[in-house]
Amino acid sequence: MLTIASLKKGQKAIIGEMTSQDIPLKLLEMGCLPGNHVELIQVAPFKDPLYLNINDTFLSIRRETAKLIHIELIPDE
Amino acid sequence: MSKQINIALVGNPNTGKTSVFNNLTGLNQKVGNYPGITVEKKEAVIKLSRNLKAHILDLPGTYSLNATSLDENVVIELLLNKNDKDYPDVVVVVSDIENLKRNLLLFTQIKDLGLPTILAINMADRMDRKGIQLDVSLLEKRLKTKVNLISARKNKGFTELKQSITDYQKLSTNPCLEASKIDRQYFESLKKAYPKQDLYKLWLVITQDVNFGKTNRNKITSQNGFKPKSDSEIKRLQQKETIKRYQFINETLKETLTKDLALAKGLRASIDRLLIHKVWGYVIFLAILFLIFQTIYDWSTYPMDFIDESFLALSEYVKNVFPLGMLSDLISEGIIPGIGGIVIFVPQIALLFLFISILEETGYMSRVVFLMDRIMRKFGMSGKSIVPLVSGTACAIPAVMAARNIESWKERLVTILVVPFTTCSARLPVYLIIIGLVIPDERWLGVFNYQGITLMLLYLLGFVTAIGSGWLASKMLKIEFKSYFVVEMPDYKMPIFKNVFYTVIEKTKSFVFGAGKIILAISIILWVLASYGPTDDFDNAESIVTASLDVTELTQEEINTEISSYKLKNSYIGYAGRAIEPAVIPLGYDWKIGIAIIASFAAREVFVGTLATIYSVENDDEQTIKSRMAAETNPVLGGPLFTFASGISLLLFYAFAMQCMSTLAIVRRETGTWKWPMIQLFGMSGFAYVVALIAFQILK
Repeated sequence: MLTIASLKKGQKAIIGEMTSQDIPLKLLEMGCLPGNHVELIQVAPFKDPLYLNINDTFLSIRRETAKLIHIELIPDE
Repeated sequence: MSKQINIALVGNPNTGKTSVFNNLTGLNQKVGNYPGITVEKKEAVIKLSRNLKAHILDLPGTYSLNATSLDENVVIELLLNKNDKDYPDVVVVVSDIENLKRNLLLFTQIKDLGLPTILAINMADRMDRKGIQLDVSLLEKRLKTKVNLISARKNKGFTELKQSITDYQKLSTNPCLEASKIDRQYFESLKKAYPKQDLYKLWLVITQDVNFGKTNRNKITSQNGFKPKSDSEIKRLQQKETIKRYQFINETLKETLTKDLALAKGLRASIDRLLIHKVWGYVIFLAILFLIFQTIYDWSTYPMDFIDESFLALSEYVKNVFPLGMLSDLISEGIIPGIGGIVIFVPQIALLFLFISILEETGYMSRVVFLMDRIMRKFGMSGKSIVPLVSGTACAIPAVMAARNIESWKERLVTILVVPFTTCSARLPVYLIIIGLVIPDERWLGVFNYQGITLMLLYLLGFVTAIGSGWLASKMLKIEFKSYFVVEMPDYKMPIFKNVFYTVIEKTKSFVFGAGKIILAISIILWVLASYGPTDDFDNAESIVTASLDVTELTQEEINTEISSYKLKNSYIGYAGRAIEPAVIPLGYDWKIGIAIIASFAAREVFVGTLATIYSVENDDEQTIKSRMAAETNPVLGGPLFTFASGISLLLFYAFAMQCMSTLAIVRRETGTWKWPMIQLFGMSGFAYVVALIAFQILK
């Protein structure tokens, strides 16, 4: 199963299911919701945290949270 | 009759809400705290029209009405409590044009509370450049309220915004979407059970862990057919609510907002490439820190010397002009040197706050948080701990409060515990005066000033100790926690000069007055204790001294000095000082420094003021405090008191000891128990004593 943590730099995807109870509500409030777009902008040194563009909001989250959010890749045009 | 209404200013962080507040109110704002908690409360009263005044309250920034921190609680507690004296007649939600989508979530929640709510869209001046177009009248129709485009940076749109506020009674109080649709059955039974209450308020009371006056969360129980849900079911519903709101927002913005994507990107990506680069990112961060500290050291010495000498002159002036007597002595020897000891800080504090607020305003601080998170986690903290650790270099009090943004309790606690190790500005005058005495004013390789390097090392020492003890604390604390970290990466912006200026003025002012009160009180107490003695020896000092000395060989001046120091030795403070002297002699100090250290437990910056008071009681000569310190001799070893060894020992003691009552009080408030501040007080100070002892014994 693909998650945000499996994205490569510059790759875009659509957020899928978010079933885990450990996903903070704050993340949802920032626009991280099923159906919205997500793009990995950059990864911090030492591979963590991740710098994302979700639904036009720029934010960063830790890899362990990113692993909880499923995605569907958008194929390159 | 003029009427006064309440306005609440609400908005997401990074929307420029504070600049909007500044533009609306100018400098006539009042800054205090909410009763019982240390969340900053900013308010002001302005005149809207001839007979309408408005009390404006700038509420803490929040992403939604689902509070996760103390600051956010303030917002929701106010909006849900009709009996609060600040309960708003109208709410102004400040948003920013580029993040409208996210900002509207909070707006729709507040609108659902049935309050007149105006949407003020800030940074409208950037629309052209970013290729954004907005159909304001359609947006007003969809959101069922007044929408104002404003620009705090260009000071535009504020007349219109004030007009909308004045006309607040015309605003619709209908919600723009109904959250209850997410579970019709549940909400209907809730409404039936509590017919008198506003439905959305009830829902917020159920989901939040805060007090709302009379409607207590626990009082909403199963009755009249209402069945409460389990915590996980409620969390599901909250998720559903958020999704529902975003659906509405996405649809609304699709109709009203267009964005030229080609123009939208640009600056961010290119600056990011450099500032969060895996090598350059760290190099730049260190360089910025180095630059800040060098600048503070270089720039602040001149005004500091000037302030020091001015207060000395003022003291002399008072002494000459006022008739001799107790009051004149109290003013010239107690109060003026005491106040001088605090005013001397103003240059550095102002400079520190200036740099910190520029770092925050530009959006750079979030990049540092991003860069440092992985590293800081190794030491039991979060990337967000960088903000407290850096602002701790100004003052530990706001720094401890800044730790509130850290989501996980363990990381937050560790940060609070170690922040007092960072070199706060209260240590700076102690450092500066001792460095000035014991480190040569020469240059290494002809470039770097030894005194500057020593100061830099002390900052580094504070930071390294903070990090190291963080690692230790995280190993020792057994707290289960869920790691959780969400940081917004705002756009880069030029800092708005007015905002930076207001922040500097306000923080400096509150520091000077807050610390000033303690320092003033302590200097008066010290003066009294130094000017009176328990025994006859004090009162008869003159005859005792003259009898014991060969008066003929000494000048009158030398005799006077002898009498003064005999008096001081036999004053209350002299007795107290000599009682603790055995404890401080192994560290290379005398009893006067001992007293200054004890007094410093109220606040470190008292050190210089205390010595100033003691010396000026002892000696009336016109000398700066530095030259008086240089003239002191060691009671045991002879020779100058301030040598390299005792100087280093004193520097280390001040670097590690927990000497700040205000910080202890704030830690107590933020952690809810005396346990942690007591651990800091005894742990840090004990460590400081041992290190200072070892240092002096090795170096002497």
